[in-house]
Amino acid sequence: MALSESDAEHVREHVRVYVTVFVALAVLTLVTVGVSYLHLATTYAITVALVVATVKASLVAGYFMHLISEKKVIRWLLVLCAAFFAALMLLPVGTQTGSGPLWPL
Amino acid sequence: MSSVVIPYRVKPHPLTGVTSGKLGIWLFLASEVMLFGALFSSYVLLRVGSLPEHWPSGVEAGLSVPIGTFNTLVLIASSVTMVMSWASLKMGNLGAFKRYFGGTIGLGLVFLVVKGFEYGAKFSHGIFPAVGWPEVSDPSTFNALYFTLTGLHGVHVLLGILVNLWLLLFGVAIWKTEPEWFTGRIEIAGLYWHFVDLVWIFLFPTLYLL
Amino acid sequence: MSEAHAEPGFWRKYVFATDHKTIGIQYGLTALTFLFFGFSLMMLMRWQLAYPGEAIPILGGLLRDSWVDQGAMLPDFYNQLGAMHGTIMVFMGIVPLAVGAFGNYVVPLQIGAPDMAFPRLNMMSYQAFFIGGLVMLSSFFLPGGAASSGWTSYAPLAVIATTGQTFWLVGMVFLIASSLLGAINFIVTIIHLRAEGMSFFRLPFFVWSQLVTAFLLLLAFPALNAAAVLQLMDRLAGTSFFLPSGLVVGGEQAAAAGGGSPLLWQHLFWFLAHPEVYVLILPGMGIVAEVIANNTRKPLWGYRTMVYSLLFLGFLSFGVWAHHMYLTGMGTTMSTFFQTTTMIISIPSVIILTCLLISLWGASIRFPVPMLFALAFLPMFGIGGLTGLPLGLALPDLHLHDTYYVIGHFHYIVAPGTIFAMFAGIYHWFPKITGRSMNATLGRIHFWPSLLFMNGIFMPMMFEGMAGVSRRLFDPTTYAHGEAVHGLTMLSSWSAWGLALAQIPFIINFFWSMRKKEKAEENPWQATTLEWATATPPPHGNFAEPPVVYCGPYEYSVPGAERDFCPQYVKQGV
Repeated sequence: MALSESDAEHVREHVRVYVTVFVALAVLTLVTVGVSYLHLATTYAITVALVVATVKASLVAGYFMHLISEKKVIRWLLVLCAAFFAALMLLPVGTQTGSGPLWPL
Repeated sequence: MSSVVIPYRVKPHPLTGVTSGKLGIWLFLASEVMLFGALFSSYVLLRVGSLPEHWPSGVEAGLSVPIGTFNTLVLIASSVTMVMSWASLKMGNLGAFKRYFGGTIGLGLVFLVVKGFEYGAKFSHGIFPAVGWPEVSDPSTFNALYFTLTGLHGVHVLLGILVNLWLLLFGVAIWKTEPEWFTGRIEIAGLYWHFVDLVWIFLFPTLYLL
Repeated sequence: MSEAHAEPGFWRKYVFATDHKTIGIQYGLTALTFLFFGFSLMMLMRWQLAYPGEAIPILGGLLRDSWVDQGAMLPDFYNQLGAMHGTIMVFMGIVPLAVGAFGNYVVPLQIGAPDMAFPRLNMMSYQAFFIGGLVMLSSFFLPGGAASSGWTSYAPLAVIATTGQTFWLVGMVFLIASSLLGAINFIVTIIHLRAEGMSFFRLPFFVWSQLVTAFLLLLAFPALNAAAVLQLMDRLAGTSFFLPSGLVVGGEQAAAAGGGSPLLWQHLFWFLAHPEVYVLILPGMGIVAEVIANNTRKPLWGYRTMVYSLLFLGFLSFGVWAHHMYLTGMGTTMSTFFQTTTMIISIPSVIILTCLLISLWGASIRFPVPMLFALAFLPMFGIGGLTGLPLGLALPDLHLHDTYYVIGHFHYIVAPGTIFAMFAGIYHWFPKITGRSMNATLGRIHFWPSLLFMNGIFMPMMFEGMAGVSRRLFDPTTYAHGEAVHGLTMLSSWSAWGLALAQIPFIINFFWSMRKKEKAEENPWQATTLEWATATPPPHGNFAEPPVVYCGPYEYSVPGAERDFCPQYVKQGV
């Protein structure tokens, strides 16, 4: 039921991490909103927004979802998924001719 | 019929390091990544295929960045309470679990209520999925994407809330006899909930800020 | 492992079952029924193609007025038949049979598990499949009839189609949910529930094929789910995800918001549908591998290579989908990319086929009925695969795209390919499931005409396609080139009806054998894999004690052994 003392201490360590991550996420949210008010050129705006979002997502996945301490099998599953996700995101728009940043292709 | 004992229900498997339920939810989340990925891919294709002057920014389309930011923080906070509720169970503190888990459900409801107000405001201004943003010729694509993406995300939030409610009210009974199993279930519910938060982390800037 | 409990009632045991074997049988019977129905739709179509404009015999007088005009088929009904034939065969026939039936029944047994990892999820998967199937079939009763925009439901036609299309979309959502839940179950079961000693490279090839198939279903289906949601929004909420600006329908401006992309639908659809075609073939290859190893009394040649080929094929299958879209105006770079990946993906298929062929070399081949179907699979799949090559290159595809050549190509793979593999599986595992053997003579009477007629249907299509006859034509004879090859069309039609007759001995055999008094032996094929280690039919929980695995899955003709096969679950002295 309840863990041994060392396990409970272990979890208390984790709690400190969770709070730190929460603060980081809140700060990053305000950062991304703040950057949007700068009205950067579209390409830069998209890049910054995606980078910040990816960092936030990595924090949630790594610490809240414990990916950082999971075994390789789980991470490899997600790497596989990421590869197919990338194909789904990049290839269709790549076939658009006559428009968009990737033309001519 | 339920007399068959299936291994790795509570104890993790040596190869994967997780229980079957946890592996199962990760696989499910991988499929959900592909689902929302397909929707994001649609957004990319439609936006790239349109003229820049025809594509409104979130603010131009009537979205409120402060409200969106508030909702983002609400969801992030709910992820924190979610993981804290699991940690409480690991430390054997059922009372703390109930408080944190209730907090997660509450924050999720706040998110949905705020979303409801957002939708209501749009509807009262005559903005629907099919209705355009005035002055341009292919006006409705942004709204179509906004309502569909946030709508589907909202359905996922609602389902998460319902499952969590069930666990809090009825599932918790099993804590007395099978605490490890129940902790595992909360962890699995947590993984789903964090994923829903994750999707919003990408949805928010995509729709509101870009 | 199993405890004695009060016997569950009828409903709990047969309808709301959680035992993978019962669920497998439920899937099997339902899928076979849907397959037969889908086949019947095709037989109606073949009448119109062979005798355009003539009244359909017998049935012509029975069909609705919106479908037939004085017994002769109307074009819209032809389109409904075509769209539903494809949909039913792919999503309600083959996948549920190959994965839901064979996968569910055999995989836990072959890995030595007591059941699937999530028995109740398994039950829900079947129920979702059943509901999805009912929704699909009920669409025929709508005033506007069933979906009629092809199994591919391309926008904008599908978006403006009748309510049948909405039923198609809703039905698909249920069918997709069923497959997704099933895929999760299969992956966790295969990774977590293998018996002691069952390492990954001691798994029967059939299990490997189901594992890769499950990953394809898991990661590819969501794209069609998303697309279905978007198309439902277009149809019901007035959005224009797929409707372009300025769309004109029937000479009038469409009342649509515009701004959408029909190509978006194609990308999302084919992102699923290409991995889907590998879902259609891989379990079949798995079954053929089992039957061939068993009836050659030799290990499979190149087992490891075949496994690596499977994994490579599964991975690559996500990167070839736009070869269905060569004619949509993509630039040369992307076209080259997809042509390259498509050519590369033919390699693992060839490797698997070659390994299976080489497995026959130097073997003491037995020819029971399952082996006949498994052997026929090899050249038939070979023809299907080879005819895919010109389609995979954009230049010949210019001429062949959307012609009967495509129909011939993919049917060679699914019909005398996968369906023959399914028959092999049924004849092979029937003794395990029912405890009785199917009659061998009836089996041969089923096999030989089926093989003949399969070729009679689909080989002419290759030539029709090269002659330029488009697919989905209500009456090809409207065109001179269609008229010129009308003889081939009639040959296909008569072969289709012959194929239907050839199934009668199978149907009789199937039901009659179940009721035979004479029981089959415990392991009638002297096979090595784990499903033959337990009683027949296997009890709830499968194995009295958890089995232990000592060797690979195909230890046949081991030098120095007493018998010509060493089961995986028996420790060998040598």
